[in-house]
Amino acid sequence: MYTLKFKENVCAACPSADCLLKCQYMSFAGHDEAHGEMMKIVRGEESRVLQDCATCYACEEYCKRGNHPFYLISERREEKGMFTAPRPITNQWINMTRMQGKYMVGQVKDKALSCCLIPDLGILGTGEIFRDVTPAAAFGAEFMCPAVHTHFARMSVVKERLPLVIENFQKLGAKEVICLHDECYGTFTAIASAYGIDVPFKPVYYMDFLLERMKELKDRIKPLGIKAAYQRPCSNRLIPDKYPLVKEILDLIGVELPDREYQGENCLCCGEILRSVSGYKLADDVQERNLNDMVQTGAEYCVFNCPACQSSLSEKVAKKNLKPVHIIDLCKMAIGEKEREVR
Amino acid sequence: MSDILKALIEIVGERGVSNTPEELWFYSRDPGVLTPHLPDYVVAPKTTEDVQKIVQLANREKIPIVPMGNGMSLAGLVIPLKGGIVLDMKRMDKILEVNQMARYAVVEGGTSQGVLKAYLQDHYPQLRHSIPDAPPTTTIAANMALHGQGRLTQQYGFNTDMVTGLEVVLPTGEICRIGSPSLGPYWFSKGPTLPDLSGLFLGWLGTTGVITKIGLRLYPNKKIRDVELFVTDRVDLIPDMLYRLTHLEILEDVNVWFQPKPLMFQDNFHITLYFTGDAEEEIAFKRKMIWDTLQPYMDSKDGGFMSVQYMKPMLMEMPQRGIADFADVPKGGGFEYSGPITIIEHYPQYAAKVVELAAKYDVLYASSARLISGGHCMMFSISFAFNRNDPAMMERVKHALDEATAFALEMGGIPWKPNFMEQKMTMAKMDKNALKLLQMIKKNLDPQGIMNPGNWEVN
Repeated sequence: MYTLKFKENVCAACPSADCLLKCQYMSFAGHDEAHGEMMKIVRGEESRVLQDCATCYACEEYCKRGNHPFYLISERREEKGMFTAPRPITNQWINMTRMQGKYMVGQVKDKALSCCLIPDLGILGTGEIFRDVTPAAAFGAEFMCPAVHTHFARMSVVKERLPLVIENFQKLGAKEVICLHDECYGTFTAIASAYGIDVPFKPVYYMDFLLERMKELKDRIKPLGIKAAYQRPCSNRLIPDKYPLVKEILDLIGVELPDREYQGENCLCCGEILRSVSGYKLADDVQERNLNDMVQTGAEYCVFNCPACQSSLSEKVAKKNLKPVHIIDLCKMAIGEKEREVR
Repeated sequence: MSDILKALIEIVGERGVSNTPEELWFYSRDPGVLTPHLPDYVVAPKTTEDVQKIVQLANREKIPIVPMGNGMSLAGLVIPLKGGIVLDMKRMDKILEVNQMARYAVVEGGTSQGVLKAYLQDHYPQLRHSIPDAPPTTTIAANMALHGQGRLTQQYGFNTDMVTGLEVVLPTGEICRIGSPSLGPYWFSKGPTLPDLSGLFLGWLGTTGVITKIGLRLYPNKKIRDVELFVTDRVDLIPDMLYRLTHLEILEDVNVWFQPKPLMFQDNFHITLYFTGDAEEEIAFKRKMIWDTLQPYMDSKDGGFMSVQYMKPMLMEMPQRGIADFADVPKGGGFEYSGPITIIEHYPQYAAKVVELAAKYDVLYASSARLISGGHCMMFSISFAFNRNDPAMMERVKHALDEATAFALEMGGIPWKPNFMEQKMTMAKMDKNALKLLQMIKKNLDPQGIMNPGNWEVN
């Protein structure tokens, strides 16, 4: 079984303790307390963090020293037999994502288009933008990144399934796997690296692909001239270097991204996992603050990157008179492939 | 042409009668596992007077007569066990009255659930009736003849508790009005404050007369309807969860279900909670009440709320079509269930029995229970899917269902829409004086024994 490569000495000497001090869901008196709690976790001792962590992934981004506080928290929770979400919800996720041989694969040559286990991604990955890779789509539990189980502190499932997923892509002969979900790209890069799991193909982040394609399709772009608020997903915290791509893409298609309080490192969770882990009170509070913040920017659209966030928030943003739309659909709108009014 | 056929044609016209083999074939069976039996005639009346004449003919000639809605009970309740006439009521499908202020409707005895639903949506969108999770072509009167349940059963009881008056043709041919319509033009009460005669017909499976008109209560149709889905792997906690939830008195409908496939449902029990309101604030308040009620189980990690976004369209369907999907899992599109009515405390034992029977008879199971009348009892469905082209599998399902009924009776439950064999099992266990009373009523109402013979037959 793979083990987490966690540099304890780096953590011990950390001058900032940002991983916990910046946490939006737990409060600490200062560096000493935050650092002390983290060190308890490192030593495998009890810590209130193990009880209270909302699994937002943010500490993976806050740590600038190349360590993996969130994976460690998840490891420790599992070691202690803890459940973040209720046990039946945890097991439901494990069951529903189990490989059953019910996958769908197109004609994969050098490139595969990963649709994870999210049917919506199969629809998004079509049209002129994805013309050359749509036929190479791969969908199913066999191609699903298991990162979601980190929310439920079941790193054993991640470690057991990730090598199999990688092997399945390898069997397809793919040299490049274009990941339509941040979680997949984050898994093949950040998580695999943290556990020393070899990835024998090149994971390609879909926003890199999208940006390149939109540059190629520049002549067809009619700037949308709209203002949009962006909902950053938790899994983007695993790959923070990719965050600037959103603005680059939106600039290219004439979408203004106004500043708001809950953006970048300060972004808020869509609330779906919070509802499972902490109950409705925290989830409702986070969603309300997040949506009010979006409304205050004067945005017409709420742009999503993750289909799970979109599913969780679409109805709610629509009630606030914002139009929910995936960033890929915005690009399709810009090249005239999709109607502008999306609800 | 036989004299009977001629007489029937005289009553309803040539297009309303058939004795052709291809049509009799369809009327000889239902989608369940019971053996088909051919009728001699199929007759489709258009009026109460048609029904009266047909019943008088049958009574005179001692011909069995089986009133039929859409024939979807799955329990063989309109299979003509002794031949005779199947009385197909579907041409009597008029909505006769909706009294908006008194919130009731009066419909003919062959009116379908779907027709009434659509009519109310078009003309009285503020009103609704308790629609069962059966195909929309099933009829309202047939649902009452078997003590059906529906979407409002959790709040208001069995659908038969919602009846506000009846018109029946007795087995001897008299047309009889029951309840307030026996005294005047209004259909607001099936019994009280009179002696409640509706009990002579509701739940009797058409063995005491033919329901030709029925009044039923309508209820406010709220502007917003929403759903939450709670899951637990602790079956022993379910009675307590349901007790707490029903204490809220805010739930429209509560279903508890479990099934081994697809994998996402494996090993868990699911409680679907429907609630309604006229404003977002009302919905938000009710949701909070539901969550707060179940919070202790979340704290102990024994249960939690599922995200319902992806499943919501399916969950909000009325009626739900997912049952048909279950029937086709083993391919061949068959399923049948035993649905005993039981007290909530017994849920864990019934749940264990379903799994035990499925393993013993090597069949695929699913179970969905519905709370009745604020939790006084529940309908617990023990469902098995089968391939209609696999007689051996159908036989195994039949045995499993018989055993389920025997278990329900041992547990002090009441079989719901029992087939003729299950009726015999029930009567064998029934208090002897109650059975005698049942026999007395049946004999007096149907002296020739022509009404749906083979059912509720006391010998």
